[in-house]
Amino acid sequence: MVYVVIIYLWTALLLYLLLGGADFGAGIIELFTSDNNKNRTSITMSRTIGPIWEANHMWLIIVIVILFTGFPEIYSAVSTYLHIPLLIMLMGIIARGTAFAFRHYDAIEDNMQKLYNKIFRYSSFITPFFLGIIAASAVSGTIKPEADNYLDAYIFSWLHFFSIAVGLFTVSICGYLAAIFLIGETETDEERKRYIIKARSMNMAAAASGALVFAAAAHDHIPLAKWLFGNAVGITAISAALVSLILQWQLIRRGSKVIIRVLAGFQVTMILVATTFFHYPRIILFSGERYLSLMEHHGDDKAIESLALALLIGSVFILPALFYLIYSFQKRIVN
Amino acid sequence: MNDFMAARSQMALSLAFHIIFSCIGMVMPFFMAVSHFYYLRTGRIVFRNITNAWSKGVAIFFATGAVSGTVLSFELGLLWPGFMKHAGPIFGLPFSLEGTAFFIEAIALGFFLYGWNKFNKWFHWFTGVVVGLSGLLSGILVVAANAWMNSPAGFTYSNGIYSNIDPVKAMFNPAWFSEALHMCLAAFAATGFAVAGVHALMIVRRRNIDFHTKAFRIAAIFACTAAILQPLSGDHSAREVVDRQPAKMAAMEGLFQTGTHVPLLIGGIPDEKTGRVKYGIEIPGMLSFMIGGNTHTMVKGLDAFPVEDRAPVLVTHLAFQIMVALGTLMAGISILYFFILWKKRDFSKNRWLLKLFALTTPLGFIAVEAGWTVTEVGRQPWILHGILRTKDAVTPMPGIQYTFYLFTAVYLSLAFFVVLLLYRQIKMVPVLYDIPE
Repeated sequence: MVYVVIIYLWTALLLYLLLGGADFGAGIIELFTSDNNKNRTSITMSRTIGPIWEANHMWLIIVIVILFTGFPEIYSAVSTYLHIPLLIMLMGIIARGTAFAFRHYDAIEDNMQKLYNKIFRYSSFITPFFLGIIAASAVSGTIKPEADNYLDAYIFSWLHFFSIAVGLFTVSICGYLAAIFLIGETETDEERKRYIIKARSMNMAAAASGALVFAAAAHDHIPLAKWLFGNAVGITAISAALVSLILQWQLIRRGSKVIIRVLAGFQVTMILVATTFFHYPRIILFSGERYLSLMEHHGDDKAIESLALALLIGSVFILPALFYLIYSFQKRIVN
Repeated sequence: MNDFMAARSQMALSLAFHIIFSCIGMVMPFFMAVSHFYYLRTGRIVFRNITNAWSKGVAIFFATGAVSGTVLSFELGLLWPGFMKHAGPIFGLPFSLEGTAFFIEAIALGFFLYGWNKFNKWFHWFTGVVVGLSGLLSGILVVAANAWMNSPAGFTYSNGIYSNIDPVKAMFNPAWFSEALHMCLAAFAATGFAVAGVHALMIVRRRNIDFHTKAFRIAAIFACTAAILQPLSGDHSAREVVDRQPAKMAAMEGLFQTGTHVPLLIGGIPDEKTGRVKYGIEIPGMLSFMIGGNTHTMVKGLDAFPVEDRAPVLVTHLAFQIMVALGTLMAGISILYFFILWKKRDFSKNRWLLKLFALTTPLGFIAVEAGWTVTEVGRQPWILHGILRTKDAVTPMPGIQYTFYLFTAVYLSLAFFVVLLLYRQIKMVPVLYDIPE
């Protein structure tokens, strides 16, 4: 049963990265859009993401519930040593979720809109940035449970070049996903062109921050190349991601929106496969050789069993409803 | 402020904030569904306008409730890792089911808010009902998890080891039903009185009378029904607390000495140092009578428990008094309201009654906050009753007072924005919804 739970954990994480990521990305795109076009972008975004945006963020709740029910030791360790980045991420989630709702539901449109927009855009950047920092810190071996001072225990556990580079990489991936999504949702050619340019620049940003990740890994003595290229799965996944990227560049102008979206989603999936495969089942690497593993440090068997059942039953309800939601609003926009 | 008190305050603040949003988010959809139903059946635009206006409120509260709930699911670990390490697997089941219910609610809300004129009208109506049902289910599940902290079940504890875990038994712990029932009724009463109060005020001010009268009536009927049932559920809950958490009951009643013929204390300021109560009114023998059916019933006072196992008396007692007083007041107003409905008097001309309702707007929520203070402060010093102490569960990270200040600032500004948005929604009612039929 623990495998069922692990599959759900990984899938929920992936879906959060894809759907929540595209959602964050839309805010990032807004942040990096010239003032003239900002409004246009935010209108397109509200129209297309509005109906599903709450659902996009439920995946994070699924991830966290799986962690605290199934892997309480891992949840407690993460929330103790990565307290500060988690806190900042939460502030980002609060600011972003409420600003998005407020700008849509404020009955009077005045200068407050500017404030909501600003909060929404900056928190769209900060939240995935810290998600990246948290993910990177979990595996970079910088968490020192035996540290006897505040800085080592609670600051340098997450503040280092590698985690910051991964944070930036996460932000550009989110922006890229959003641009790819928005290309298919535009009403005018001019707007479409704008998102194509955005997609390309986000792609460059991803490439640049990807290079930065490798440089930072070398600086922080993290064997990233070995993790990614030291095994057949990693090499295959990274190559597949590259092929998919090249295809996207080829098809971005003419290809159908479904194909480009699938390719972009596939690319991100492959990146997640490559970055998680080497460590599996280890999920937290402490300094020294210690670690927490999904297989060795899971909660009680009965708890895992009931969690797996709850997840299976839950998906029977959630997945069809979610597909129908996405399907019906997609269809209606096209019409 | 030390880190332990800061952690408790931060948790209290987050919960106090979240409970308002979740109550409204789980109850308003039912009001909406009723007025939506009237619209679909009668075709009268005013009901569509009411549904629309309320749905804006629901969207604002749902978004705020969703983020504050997400924050809480992290805060359990950020503040109480020592608790979650053991408790997660045992009481995780209601949370995992709640994840599903909440997800369904978010999906249904997407359909409902963006689905006007896009779907079959009864399908669209149904999605609104699903929002309410899944919200209510979420609430029940989360309260079941809290009930487990008050009446731990579904595991064996010895020497710091939690074994024989049975998550289903933990979820259906002895307190789950009474707590969930009390909370559901409270949510309906508090939200109903708040909504009815706002509409009553608008009628008093003679704004959009038709709109506000119909809206008032839907909210008031829900609110008053719940408020009349609530004392019964409260009595049931209190009896269970006597059995399972006698120390909590002693703190609630401000009872220091064990004995028979125990009086019921109304009001009063208990002083923990002297073990006496100042300024209270005592009804002789009443507490013994209420608990056991006769005045000879023995009731345990705080002296029956070691000092380190006692809950803070002053806060628990005052919160309990406030909750009971407001609950009684709302039940009284509800009986009056139904009496007037029964006599078929036109209450829109009963200005004093409308003014009374306008005054009660915040009372339900004050009672909800007081009630949760009783539950949570009354459970101290335990985080898991009788098993794990709160101070042994707190995070080892120093400096929690600063995160508490941060949370205070964030939640205060959120409250400011939400109030501003609601004010603007209400202010714009004449512009947005005053469409003649």
